[in-house]
Amino acid sequence: MEFFTISLLNGISYGLLLFMLCSGLTLIFSMMGVLNFAHASFYMLGAYFAYTATQLLGFFPALAVAPLLVGLIGALFEKFALRRVHKFGHVPELLITFGLSFILLEMVQLVWGTSSVDYRVPAALDGPLFTIFGTQFPMYRGFMMLVALLMLVALWLLLTRTRIGLVIQAALTHPDTVEALGHNVPRVFMLVFGGGCALAALAGVIGGNAFVTEPGMAATVGSVIFVVVVVGGMGSLAGAFVASLLIGIIQTFAVGVDASLINGLGQLGIDITPQTFGYPLWKLKISQIAPILPYLFLVLILIFRPKGLLGTREG
Amino acid sequence: MSTAGPLQGAKAPSGGSATPKESRLGAMPALELKDLRKSFGKTEIIRGCSLQVAQGERIAVIGPNGAGKSTLFNLISGRFAPTSGEVLLNGHRIDGKKPFEINRLGLSRSFQITNIFPKLSVFENLRCGVLWSLGYKYTFLKFLADLDDANERAEQLLQMIRLHKKRDVLAMNLTYAEQRALEVGITIAGGANVILLDEPTAGMSREETRRFIELIKEVTVGKTLLTVEHDMGVVFGLADKIAVVVYGEIIAYDTPERVRANQRVQEAYLGSSVAHQQAGGH
Amino acid sequence: MNTLSNIEPGSEAERENRRAGVPMGLPGAAPARVPGRHSRKDYYEFKPYNVGRWIVWGGFALLLMVAPMLFTSSLAHTMLSQMGIAIIVCLSYNMILGQGGMLSFGHAVYSGMGAFLAIHTLNLVSKGGWPIPVSLIPVVGGISSMFFAVLLGYVTTKKAATPFAMITLGIGELVWASALMFPEFFGGEGGISGNRVTGPKPLGITFGPQLQLYYLIATYTFVCTALMFAFTRTPLGRMINAVRDNPERVEFVGYDTQKVRYIVFILSAFFAGISGGLAALNFEIVTSEVVGGPRSGAYLLFTFLGGATFFFGPIIGGVLMVLAGVLLSELTKAWLLYLGLVFLFMVMYAPGGIASLIMMNLRVASFGRLKEIWVSYLALAVTALIALIGAAAMIEMLYHLKLNAALGPELTFMGARLNAHGVDTWFGAIFVMLTGIGMFEVARRHYVRQWGEIQEYIEKEMKRRETL
Repeated sequence: MEFFTISLLNGISYGLLLFMLCSGLTLIFSMMGVLNFAHASFYMLGAYFAYTATQLLGFFPALAVAPLLVGLIGALFEKFALRRVHKFGHVPELLITFGLSFILLEMVQLVWGTSSVDYRVPAALDGPLFTIFGTQFPMYRGFMMLVALLMLVALWLLLTRTRIGLVIQAALTHPDTVEALGHNVPRVFMLVFGGGCALAALAGVIGGNAFVTEPGMAATVGSVIFVVVVVGGMGSLAGAFVASLLIGIIQTFAVGVDASLINGLGQLGIDITPQTFGYPLWKLKISQIAPILPYLFLVLILIFRPKGLLGTREG
Repeated sequence: MSTAGPLQGAKAPSGGSATPKESRLGAMPALELKDLRKSFGKTEIIRGCSLQVAQGERIAVIGPNGAGKSTLFNLISGRFAPTSGEVLLNGHRIDGKKPFEINRLGLSRSFQITNIFPKLSVFENLRCGVLWSLGYKYTFLKFLADLDDANERAEQLLQMIRLHKKRDVLAMNLTYAEQRALEVGITIAGGANVILLDEPTAGMSREETRRFIELIKEVTVGKTLLTVEHDMGVVFGLADKIAVVVYGEIIAYDTPERVRANQRVQEAYLGSSVAHQQAGGH
Repeated sequence: MNTLSNIEPGSEAERENRRAGVPMGLPGAAPARVPGRHSRKDYYEFKPYNVGRWIVWGGFALLLMVAPMLFTSSLAHTMLSQMGIAIIVCLSYNMILGQGGMLSFGHAVYSGMGAFLAIHTLNLVSKGGWPIPVSLIPVVGGISSMFFAVLLGYVTTKKAATPFAMITLGIGELVWASALMFPEFFGGEGGISGNRVTGPKPLGITFGPQLQLYYLIATYTFVCTALMFAFTRTPLGRMINAVRDNPERVEFVGYDTQKVRYIVFILSAFFAGISGGLAALNFEIVTSEVVGGPRSGAYLLFTFLGGATFFFGPIIGGVLMVLAGVLLSELTKAWLLYLGLVFLFMVMYAPGGIASLIMMNLRVASFGRLKEIWVSYLALAVTALIALIGAAAMIEMLYHLKLNAALGPELTFMGARLNAHGVDTWFGAIFVMLTGIGMFEVARRHYVRQWGEIQEYIEKEMKRRETL
């Protein structure tokens, strides 16, 4: 029971972090048709910026400063680079974000080095939030969930209740019409792209110290978020939400389970020995396959429900 | 112009000799719609359309903008699946089938917005249109240059749509009217017997339209034709029957003269007061 | 040969395309009179001996044969072998990228699985299991990759464009992450080793010496290139182009778009597997990084850099891949950064890759205007170099400070000793870079004006020739 609750809570917080990342990605994709391959790199950038900003200004100012800076970088990239390849189609757009991810990785390594940096949870938020079933649930995890939920609510309010949100929603499907109505659609695009990157950076700020902050963090989380987006249904925020939580929870649970199929079959009275065919498969512990669970999920969804869980558009 | 291929199924009656104005008694309609409906979300766009088109007939589909004409074509050709209702091609149900399945059964369509292969030459465009119908399928063990029947047919089509001078020009470099001609060429390439043309003369001048309609008449001899058209002059010269679509329903389906006199049609196009005037004035 | 179409050089249509600004077919193909082309009375065309084609392919074969005699060091031989392998895999990647419009982030899965199965087969042969000659091992690699593509490809090609890219990424990660879970197959951290001097040795060729292996690789390179080129001339090869251009229209001419993609995907994997098998023979060891994300990224980067819109683009890409990986990485620690920047600029300014740049300039040459623009190119190159030196100096100093801090602040850059801590060094570098950028901008504007004028001239000239 203890394992279940703790894992569930951890899974939810991880899932919410994933959703923070995916929401920015989905917004950019829905709006501009561009899948930002460098999205996870902005996540990484956010963490690193926050690390340096924390050292200079403290954690809470960093919480605001780092995403803004990264958002600015994203907006500038959109204006000077991405916009230029827009006319070539979607493949070059994806390629240019791919190139950007490359460059960002190298620059981060250049400035901060190749090993991990000591980006720590601030002392004010360190410690247990509550104790449940004898295990402590860290306050910082609770803080993460809080920030994620606040961000979500703010995003929802922005899109549905403000004028700029309406313009964004309209430009989502009919950018030309919106431009004909006099709105500066390129500027809206720039804002959305910058905003999406800022969201990713925010995720990095709060996630970088809970998990590790190193150059490889972009690659690790990068593939997972793309899987989440496809599993949830491309272009669907609700789908991304469901898929993030699902994958976050399942992966967290899996990491803690040490059983393998041998145990399961053993309970049914079937004995598997090293001589049995496919022994390497049977002896795999669930905790070992935890890293690939999201991808297995992806394959299953593609076979049984290619549109994604809540998908609305074909991509 | 013989195209031996999977399109000429044994079940499809040949429609070459029947005069368009009468369908042979007992012969299967080439195309039939039975209470076709389509909703996008909560909005019902096509609200119960029924239609029968005999072999070799030429039907013009007219109606105000937004009436659902293109959606109807999309439903028939398999681009969308209907919410309910049936579409029958030569007596076989094709609703819900994928576009390529429908195409292989003998129905082909053109698009309102030119839909060609921009980076291939005109000749290649046409050749792509014939490959399947000649049975070449997914083979990668033969060279295109050796496929005499495909090349011959593509050359014939080239002559028919009068683009033989532009044989090797990339499709994206053609003029608009030439692209429309190519569009029609690809549509008829596979030898389908039921042809749907979606606003083929859209964007053309009077003279271009006139010449293009002559072209269409030539290349669709003996085939069943449905065209979406706005130009009434074209409609009256080309069509055996007119189907008038308004707000997702077919409010009239009759010969051109009778449609012209139909009060509902007049109301739909001209507004009820004018229609009354017309009726009163006669 | 242009993947876009197969227009005969010298024809009327080619002129029309040139006028419209389209790259022409491969030159060197003799722009000879092609009699019978313009007379339409005889339908079955008179196809004369295409001299150009024989020259090109003959030249290619000759180059492959003679290369190791021109570059005789053992490093050169290693690199040439790797180039052959890279050419095959980049061409195979372009079957789906350039010809099919499918952007895959997981192509290394297929070349890698081919490598693994090849090396396992090699070990089986060594243990006396199967009498397969070493020269056929790459084919085994190809067939195994095909098998995996049949399995994974169905699910992969269910979607198109962006979702397709994401799916290939996911599956690539799946396979790569699985590598650590099945050490029996993937060899864990150390990988699987093998010995290529084994099995039946027809004609006494052991493939032990690098040179012998090179000729095996060269043979495969030639054959595979020829096969992949032939593919572009088949119905399926043409239909995959159609799918790239307009997938919806393809459905409306009777083809199942997904099936077309699926089959081409499998064929592409076959050639990738052959490349993997050759790599297994070449290095005699296969580690899990051959199925990894970075490798897939490398295929993408270099194929695109070489040029995805022309058939020979990936050949250039493959050669560059080896040059960058072996030579550039030795030259500077910042090579990945430079590569990323070059790629970025390519996507923005020359999305057709190096191949398209070559073809555009060949067109200019065919109109006799290349000589004048030489000077502009020289100016651009020199000024860019200056700017680059300044920027590179700064990048190198940064890298040195970060990664080699233990060696002190001094580093050697292009033969000069620089002090990374010295303010004046930094000022100097910045000054050089800014000057270079300024001069480059001047040269660039002049170039753009000149290029525009030449293009106009070409248009007028083509119109003039038409009326003759």
